[in-house]
Amino acid sequence: MLAYIIRRLIYAIPILIGVNLLTFALFFVVNTPEQMARVQLGDKHVTEEAVQEWKAQRGYDKPLLINGEAEGAGTFTETIFFEKSLSLFALDFGKSDAGRNIAADIEQRMWPSLAVALPTFIIGISVNIAFALFVVMFRASIFDTSAMILCVGLMSVSGVFYVIAGQFFFAKEWSLVPISGYLGGADAWRFLLLPVIIGVISGIGGGTRLYRTLFLEEANKDYVRTARAKGVAELTVLFRHILPNGMIPILTSVVVVIPSLFMGSLLVESFFGIPGLGSYTLDAIQAQDFAIVRSMVFLGSVLYIIGLLLTDISYTLVDPRVRLS
Amino acid sequence: MNTQGSLVVAALAVAFTFLTSGCSEGAWNNPHPADEAGKNILYSNFSGPPKHLDPVISYSSDEGRFIDQIYDPPLQYHYLKRPFELEPNTLSSMPEIVYLDAEGNEVASDSPDLAYSDYLFELTPGIYYQPHPALALDTSGAPVYAFESSDDAAPYSSLNDFSETGTRELVAGDYAYQLKRLADPTLLSPIRGLMSEYILGMNEFAEIAKAEREAQQEGEWLDLRTLDFSGVEVIDRYRFRIRLKGKYPQFSYWLAFHFFAPIPFEADRFYSMPGMADRNITLDWYPIGTGPYMMTQNDPNEAIILEKNPNYRDDFYPAEGEISDRAAGLLDDAGQKIPFIDKVVYRLEKESIPLWSKFLQGYYDRSGIASDSFDQAISVGSEGIGLSDEMRERGISLDVAVTPGTYYFGFNMLDDVIGDTGSAEEREKKRLLRQAIAIIYDQEEYISIFYNGRGETAMSPIPPGIFGYQEGQEGMNESVFDWVDGEAVRKNTEVARDLMVKAGYPDGRDAETGEPLVLNLDTVGSGGSAAQSWLIKQFKKIGIQLNIRGTDYNRFKDKMKAGNAQMFQWGWLADYPDAENFLFLLYGPNGQVVTQGAGVNSSNFDNARYNALFEEMKLMENSPERMEIIREMIDILHHEMPWASSFHPHSYVLNNAWVYNSKPHGISKSVLKYLRIDPEQRARMQAEWNSPVLWPLFMVVVIILVTALPGYLAYRRRLNHRIRPAGGDK
Repeated sequence: MLAYIIRRLIYAIPILIGVNLLTFALFFVVNTPEQMARVQLGDKHVTEEAVQEWKAQRGYDKPLLINGEAEGAGTFTETIFFEKSLSLFALDFGKSDAGRNIAADIEQRMWPSLAVALPTFIIGISVNIAFALFVVMFRASIFDTSAMILCVGLMSVSGVFYVIAGQFFFAKEWSLVPISGYLGGADAWRFLLLPVIIGVISGIGGGTRLYRTLFLEEANKDYVRTARAKGVAELTVLFRHILPNGMIPILTSVVVVIPSLFMGSLLVESFFGIPGLGSYTLDAIQAQDFAIVRSMVFLGSVLYIIGLLLTDISYTLVDPRVRLS
Repeated sequence: MNTQGSLVVAALAVAFTFLTSGCSEGAWNNPHPADEAGKNILYSNFSGPPKHLDPVISYSSDEGRFIDQIYDPPLQYHYLKRPFELEPNTLSSMPEIVYLDAEGNEVASDSPDLAYSDYLFELTPGIYYQPHPALALDTSGAPVYAFESSDDAAPYSSLNDFSETGTRELVAGDYAYQLKRLADPTLLSPIRGLMSEYILGMNEFAEIAKAEREAQQEGEWLDLRTLDFSGVEVIDRYRFRIRLKGKYPQFSYWLAFHFFAPIPFEADRFYSMPGMADRNITLDWYPIGTGPYMMTQNDPNEAIILEKNPNYRDDFYPAEGEISDRAAGLLDDAGQKIPFIDKVVYRLEKESIPLWSKFLQGYYDRSGIASDSFDQAISVGSEGIGLSDEMRERGISLDVAVTPGTYYFGFNMLDDVIGDTGSAEEREKKRLLRQAIAIIYDQEEYISIFYNGRGETAMSPIPPGIFGYQEGQEGMNESVFDWVDGEAVRKNTEVARDLMVKAGYPDGRDAETGEPLVLNLDTVGSGGSAAQSWLIKQFKKIGIQLNIRGTDYNRFKDKMKAGNAQMFQWGWLADYPDAENFLFLLYGPNGQVVTQGAGVNSSNFDNARYNALFEEMKLMENSPERMEIIREMIDILHHEMPWASSFHPHSYVLNNAWVYNSKPHGISKSVLKYLRIDPEQRARMQAEWNSPVLWPLFMVVVIILVTALPGYLAYRRRLNHRIRPAGGDK
């Protein structure tokens, strides 16, 4: 397995270079270093000298990809792309274009993101699986049909609607929770309650339908029929037989997102004023802060690759037939 | 009850206890910590993280609202008096201005030999800095914090981690130090270019500072005290002098900006220590000042907190103001020691709906009015604009003021179709075309629809309250309006159509080719908005086809810089309350194209007479002579029409009933020290407005039970179901 993991990590390097190159190209198609300087320096009284000084201080005074004036390897190394990309592979994110240490910011902001994403993820998965098993138990009955209609209804509603409706009723009309905001420490749960509930409810429709399909496939297999024929109780059939065997495809969709939970949610963090990495990225895009954007895209890619690797490893844990080689 | 039932009941009991225990000290939806209830704390908000808090870099009003409570420039604006009036802040009196010739001899202010202006400042003794680790000294007088390497900084992640703090008296050298920082090109002060035109020796100092920095090792502190700056002289502990090239009357206004606030050299040394920047401990993040407040938390992801500076000098609420101020209760606290409020908490609020809801719940003390809340807050009746009944019942008050700014719809005067180009005859025709557009551009309707009436049509770039503003018929733009029954009435569309004929475009078609006239509005965005549809409709009144060329902000700026835009919408908010700061928007040498984007004259208007008058007016004190010149300049604008239309926006601020002494000040942000709140009244109102409604919680439990019960019964039925052999019983 170790050889497999090492091979996968080596494969990740060209992928990350590609992602970095793509981010770089997309960003600089839309923004030139001069435009970035003007955004940072403001609109009033900005002289060309100040723009050039800003670019020089942040290393944006070099060519983007190829330096025709340099010789030898300098043609590629004395460029914005090379200088800004190399340190990323050592997970050295450097400073933002506004002058702040990005690693320190990420370290600070990943906790609120996790505080929302982790309970939403765990509760959401649990509720979806439980609800899907319930529906499978009553398959082809009025419960099944009603539950599927409910799921399709829940899926059809925009996430923004859940947020606005939740804020309106729970926070404004009924005064049960704060409408938005965030406080650290022991007060945090009051601000997390509503976003977590909304996150769970908005995910029930899609999650339940997916898991129901997976469990139904298992429920029709011979070993389940055999278990029932032996007189095993229905709940035992569901939880001891169907659930573990249905976990392999569930793992595919679940494990891969676990590392990405650090990255936060743009929608939830923005509407609820949660100071996580989702809103950090959004703010950076709006401020045209390339240093933060490339760092966050790079970090997201790394976490996604780790997620895929963990998924592969988790297969071997839940299914002894799978061998990584 | 069986085991499962007991578990459910126990879980519900625990959840209920948890819920109620956490909220027992206040309303459940209170977004502030429970232990702050009833304290003298003002709650406000911000929509995005401030980029800069270093007074030499910051140039945004969103940042000024924080740092202007902390930094103390030499001058400040009187809080209540209008028109705006400067007064000493840290000075014992207004700066003494002496005019000199090239040899250094004193001359009159209007002397043709005038070569320099000397500003002499004398500080009030006994002003002290806020407690700050940069000023902490040990018993030998050496700094407590002096790091040799970045490892020394490892234990510190924010300014609050430094346990030792100190203070010292404000001295003249601190102002000189900040002026040197202003001149240092590596710090990228946005006004360095502008100030180097006036402050003697600034460019020379910049060269020296740059060379010194290049000679240093990376991260090494450059003590600016060691470098000479010929335009700045520290005379003694409390006095310093700034020498300007020529005369620049507007310089006094700049002296009320945080750009000129003092910075102790110790702070520069402290923040330059190894490892500090890597931990985001910088002057750009943690200000140090002598003002009424100090920043005790800067976490723009959550909250920015200002607390009363314990070392703040004796400062008192003003005893004079406008005539109406006494009736409005704004002089009730005259002579009282300020600041009144102990702590100010700014919370991050990106969305307008939660912000508005929290204001109505009493959790924010003050609020602006977003468009989607306007109808709830404001009622428009025959008596004009006022608060809605709902707001009145809550005791909310409304502050309305004209913002010292101008938003305009401009023409690019370098454009071949609509600009001031070609032969004299062609230029006149293009002028008539611009006038026709100005007539059909119904600014009043635009303000009514898209600004909820929050603005007034401008007759010139100068807004009300600024010297040079002309009211009534005298100030009316006669090219666009007629004076009818005591008010300015827009000329009707027929007049515009006649002008189109004279301009060579009868019914919007070229008289020679018959081609329809298509004009382009360059704007930011994708197009298709209601405002753009409205604009297309306006232009159609005289047959012009308006084409909206939407693009992103960067491209738009590039177009403006290159002079490729044809028509555009832009705005300007004043730096200081002087006509020069508005009329320079159309001063030729300030053109965007000629300055490569640095200028503020977006229309690239370049009229020789106007330019000459501007240069004369700029150097004058406010006087009838200056007024005459301004009048002539505005007449030129009325005739040449570089802008189709413009308006001055109004600011609306709502205050909850427990907020006192609120008076909008369009220029100064340093107003927090005058505000007062009644925290007990706030606590009462919050409790009254935010009583939790519990029946929905019980409803949720009932719904879950009602939904689960049939399922449970069906499950039981299935378990007890007997499998019968095919064919039934035999």
